[in-house]
Amino acid sequence: MSGTESIVVDHATKTFTLRYHRTFKQMTVAALRRQDISDTFRAVDDVSFTIEQGESVGLMGLNGSGKSTLLKLINGVMRPEGGSVQTRGRIAGLIATGAGFHPQLTGRENIYLNAAVLGMSEAETKRKFDDIADFAELGKFLDSPVGHYSSGMSSRLGFSVAIHVDSDIFLADEVLAVGDKPFKQKCLQKMQEIRDGGRTLVYVSHAAGSVRRMCDRVIVLEQGKVGFDGDVIEGIKYLRYDSGDETQEELETEDSDLGADI
Amino acid sequence: MTDVTEPEVDTSPRPLRTVDAPLASPAATAGLLEVFRRRYLLRLLVRREISARYQGSFLGLLWSYINPLSQFFIYYVVMGVLFGLHKDVENFAIHMFCGIIIVHFFNETFNAGTRSIVRNKALVQKMAMPREMFPVASMLVSGYHVVPQLVIMMIVCVLLGWMPTLAGVVALVTALVIIATVGTAMALLFSAANVFFRDVGNVAAILTNFVRFGVPMIYPYTMVEDKFGQFAQFYLFNPIADAVLLFQKAFWVGTTDHPAATEAAHLPANLWAFSGLAVVVGVILLVIGQMVFSRLENKIPERL
Repeated sequence: MSGTESIVVDHATKTFTLRYHRTFKQMTVAALRRQDISDTFRAVDDVSFTIEQGESVGLMGLNGSGKSTLLKLINGVMRPEGGSVQTRGRIAGLIATGAGFHPQLTGRENIYLNAAVLGMSEAETKRKFDDIADFAELGKFLDSPVGHYSSGMSSRLGFSVAIHVDSDIFLADEVLAVGDKPFKQKCLQKMQEIRDGGRTLVYVSHAAGSVRRMCDRVIVLEQGKVGFDGDVIEGIKYLRYDSGDETQEELETEDSDLGADI
Repeated sequence: MTDVTEPEVDTSPRPLRTVDAPLASPAATAGLLEVFRRRYLLRLLVRREISARYQGSFLGLLWSYINPLSQFFIYYVVMGVLFGLHKDVENFAIHMFCGIIIVHFFNETFNAGTRSIVRNKALVQKMAMPREMFPVASMLVSGYHVVPQLVIMMIVCVLLGWMPTLAGVVALVTALVIIATVGTAMALLFSAANVFFRDVGNVAAILTNFVRFGVPMIYPYTMVEDKFGQFAQFYLFNPIADAVLLFQKAFWVGTTDHPAATEAAHLPANLWAFSGLAVVVGVILLVIGQMVFSRLENKIPERL
């Protein structure tokens, strides 16, 4: 029978090519001056870890430390060029605040399209459609193009579709960054339900408070490498998110923000 | 040092969820096969594309007829009336319309397919799905537009005394298969390349011009044979030219007064052999297109 690992990342590496010069003219000039035509950048550098089914993991790190790239590798949008990433079961979730929506399509059409991309059948989508629409609280905007939505509205819609997919792994990337307070609380509650249902949860956040609430393990990325992997409190300490006057203040507001009443 | 209250972490054991699926790479790898496995998603994308192509335009879907019809009239006046070709070629309008349908199908597939991945970047960057979906959807959308043109063609042909034949139906289907495979293959190749250099879109636009004049549409095949003799064979290595000839066999030949004589005079004798070859070429191109696409695909999301 199948094992219990949910996500196995084995020495995964992802390199991005940075282009200095893109046009023929620029490239010729650069070559004549013996400048570099391109440079590479390792967003994820030899990362290894295993997440068991049902674990709830907080993925933390500073901006640009490779969190979103790692999530893209896990979700299958990108493939590592070194090492491997393997997952078990259906994956749903949000990458970098907001799902892939088509700006010209209405919210309603995007729900169907998005659900289909996440692997839901037509019948399944129809059955869950009302729940999805209710949760997103779009009201009359459901039938206007997503391109006209505010960022909060489109991320609400994205979260709503993703959360209603019957997935085995749920990836949440800064979902709470754009929502307003009532919606944040609703999201956290939903994510707790997901976690308590035994699904694997990977949660990216800078809010130490909500990570502490949601997760039982923290992985900290530093410039593409795993800097820390283990206990939540220690992980937050490792990141120094719990010290320093300024961050302390931030943390407290975050904490009070992120639902003491959940 | 911190006065943050310890969170009341829920320590009660959670229900164990056993997932029956094997551990596998989350990135879809089966390419075109995966596209046809996820037909529901493909259908949604095709429907989306059809509605999006004419969004905000007053005439909407009618544009897909106005465009070929305008071409039809330009060519008819210039080639037919001005150059006097419609005296030499019986039912020159039908002869030309056969070409226009095929060329339009191919060019639409090729052009829209080339732009398909860049245009859908919102989806490509964030959702894991086989990206071959987009070029294939472009081909199907273009194919969808062929149907009403075929209906118009058939009505006109029936009015001219045309009767469907078995060979004609086989020719029709073969022609559509050739264009669908070659068109999808080219769309696959160019859509991936277009992500890296947007110049590719311009190259595609130029190639479609060659296609327009590289098939026996505004001139009969006999002209090619007269001019090039032996070398006319090479002309037939062009799968799109074969598809046009097959369409003419299916429709145009049957509308003339002496179909057998027309066929003998204006169509190459070994058309079936070349058509078979064209199908094989289409499949080979499709395999090559898929291979190149798979290689480039890894870099697509970051380059968009």
